Amino acid sequence: MPADASIVASLVAAILLPPLIAVLGCLAIRRARPCEWLNLIASIVVFVAVLLLLPEALHTTRTFLRGYLIVDPLGAWVLLSVATVYLLASIYAIGYMRHLKEDQRLYRFYALFAGFALTTLTGPLMNNIGVYWIAIELTTLVSTFLVCFELGRESIEAAWKYIVVVSGGISLALLGIILFYWGGSLHLSATYDLTWSNLRGVAPQLNATVALTAFLLVFIGFGTKVGLAPMHTWLPDAHSEGPAPVSAMLSGALLNTAMIGIARFIQISDASHLGLMPRAVVVTIGAFSLFVAALFITRQTGIKRLMAYSSVEHMGVMALGFGFGGPLGIAGALYHMLGHSLNKSLMFFGAGNAMQVFHTKRISRIHRVLGPLPVSGLLWLAGAVAITGAPPFGLFLSEMTILRAGLAGPNLWAVFVMLLLLIVIFVGFLNHFRAMYFGPTVAQPASPRATFAEEHASLSSWCLVPMWLALVPLLVLGLWWPQSISHYFAVVAAQLSAGASP
Amino acid sequence: MLATHLQPLAASLFSLLAIASLLLAFVMVGSRWLKDYLGAFALQSWLIAILSAAVGYYGHYPELYLIAALTALFRGMLLPYLLFRIIQRLNVDRELHERLAPSSSLVVGAALVLFAFVVSEHLGNSLHLTGTIVVLALTVMLSMKLIGFLMLTVRGEAISQILGLLVLENGIFLGSQILVPGMPLLIELVILFDLLVVVACFGVLVRYLVMHAGTSSAHTLRRLVG
Repeated sequence: MPADASIVASLVAAILLPPLIAVLGCLAIRRARPCEWLNLIASIVVFVAVLLLLPEALHTTRTFLRGYLIVDPLGAWVLLSVATVYLLASIYAIGYMRHLKEDQRLYRFYALFAGFALTTLTGPLMNNIGVYWIAIELTTLVSTFLVCFELGRESIEAAWKYIVVVSGGISLALLGIILFYWGGSLHLSATYDLTWSNLRGVAPQLNATVALTAFLLVFIGFGTKVGLAPMHTWLPDAHSEGPAPVSAMLSGALLNTAMIGIARFIQISDASHLGLMPRAVVVTIGAFSLFVAALFITRQTGIKRLMAYSSVEHMGVMALGFGFGGPLGIAGALYHMLGHSLNKSLMFFGAGNAMQVFHTKRISRIHRVLGPLPVSGLLWLAGAVAITGAPPFGLFLSEMTILRAGLAGPNLWAVFVMLLLLIVIFVGFLNHFRAMYFGPTVAQPASPRATFAEEHASLSSWCLVPMWLALVPLLVLGLWWPQSISHYFAVVAAQLSAGASP
Repeated sequence: MLATHLQPLAASLFSLLAIASLLLAFVMVGSRWLKDYLGAFALQSWLIAILSAAVGYYGHYPELYLIAALTALFRGMLLPYLLFRIIQRLNVDRELHERLAPSSSLVVGAALVLFAFVVSEHLGNSLHLTGTIVVLALTVMLSMKLIGFLMLTVRGEAISQILGLLVLENGIFLGSQILVPGMPLLIELVILFDLLVVVACFGVLVRYLVMHAGTSSAHTLRRLVG
């Protein structure tokens, strides 16, 4: 056993140290090209380490550093999503950021980018709830400067709204955590470590009113970070104004890191026997997120904002999955998490490529994508089909699983609302793609054929490879749900619902 | 638990400090001048530092003296100094863009305190702690939270928004000193440090705002909609 523990410990070190080294290295080197490579190598090491960690995490839950670090199946799964997006985005960033012609400041971008990855990877590993909160807060602070990296008026506006709304929202989560700590201190001693397992242990004794208040505060707080409506207002701005690799990280990695907090707090609210109310709140907010996303997707004019509202939608779906609960709901939500990470990265990469070629964020100015972008256009289109939950891809399976989980639970209404809204989103989302791919060409004097060809030549394979790397696993996950993953989800579900029903 | 069996003197001292902090939050809501906000915030932080020390003294938590010293240093001196520098650089000394006049904000703030009291009373009732300092601590904590959000909503100057966020934090910190004085030292230290990083980030962001967007008011940031 000690040998196993040391293997896990070294894997955790292999996850957290490379981004740290990349941050320090970038700040020391200050030259664009080596920084690119440093960040890329760090992301590859992290990805491999996470892959190796997954089977180890499945066997036992371990804690390190006097109980401040935890390696459990749920956390490891979120790490997988984060590491996947970090790898894909690091590859893509090389192509995309060169295009921006900001080589002077590029080392700062990679330092911040690796720092952002570091904080996002730290979150799921935190065992102390207070430290987890701080990790989430740090992700906001670091990513703010990535959002406003281009220093345009809009991007600074987005960064400002992002930091104010999210810091304000997440302070509610801190209040909730303090209330939980207070409730626990009435039964444990005045000083104790507020770890997930300690809180889970004391949960049945917590006063119901205090626990309910605390849960609602925590849910609203982390829900702000996750981007659930009506706390989502920062999300479309931040996601649309940052550079494309940053958008991918924000959407595919960051939101999941906050979602895991909600999943763990749902477990605690279950354990403290609060009745059906907490789950009903989670389900309602999830359904409302779908509703808001459906409205804004249908009438959207900006390409990256379209993707951002799709993130709101997917977080809503995941909240529904965790809210419905049960082995099916949790399996669906986790499968959805990985699918979302792959797919949303693909979508933001495609949007970034289209923006490089068409020099606009407006959907109405993008025409005939397949002309200048034959391969990446096709990949993007496939991604669009996938992200709306159409059959041959992974998100279809996960959404169906979540729907099935809902049918068994007390919130039946939400299943029908979800189904209806998913159809609306399917139509609305793909309608924009129809316009961009097959719409009539409007004569644009500013962009003659020659420059198109030129631009296309400059669209490096750095921008194309990660799209393949995202689409292929997505397709595989859609055609084949591996048995080992089912087993993994069963373990997570058993841990999340251990000994407690709502 | 400390708060349930306190000496009368300690209880009244805690109440005095908590209520004075709440009043200072109202000073911020009721004023237009940024310097007033800053002064009120600094004073509030000092009161919270004194509260920490008092709780440490009466509850026998020696580590709270350290927290008190650091609170006075960070929240009471360093943060106001950093904010003061931002204000000087901005060349604004009063709030020009408020959405709600200070007098109306005071009324709304009073209503929020009432709401906070109702919630706290409910929580206190369920724990059979009615009439103790617990209810007061919860009320002040929630009120300062709500007043912080009120400031974020109705005030436009970048600096007011930062102060609004800091009031949110102060409220939590104040409540936690009375409710959970035994909170592990590490967490409190990290939260203090986190606050410093937050303000530093805001400082940089405000500079970007002025340099690249040509404004110091968040209300003019309204291009991104839909």
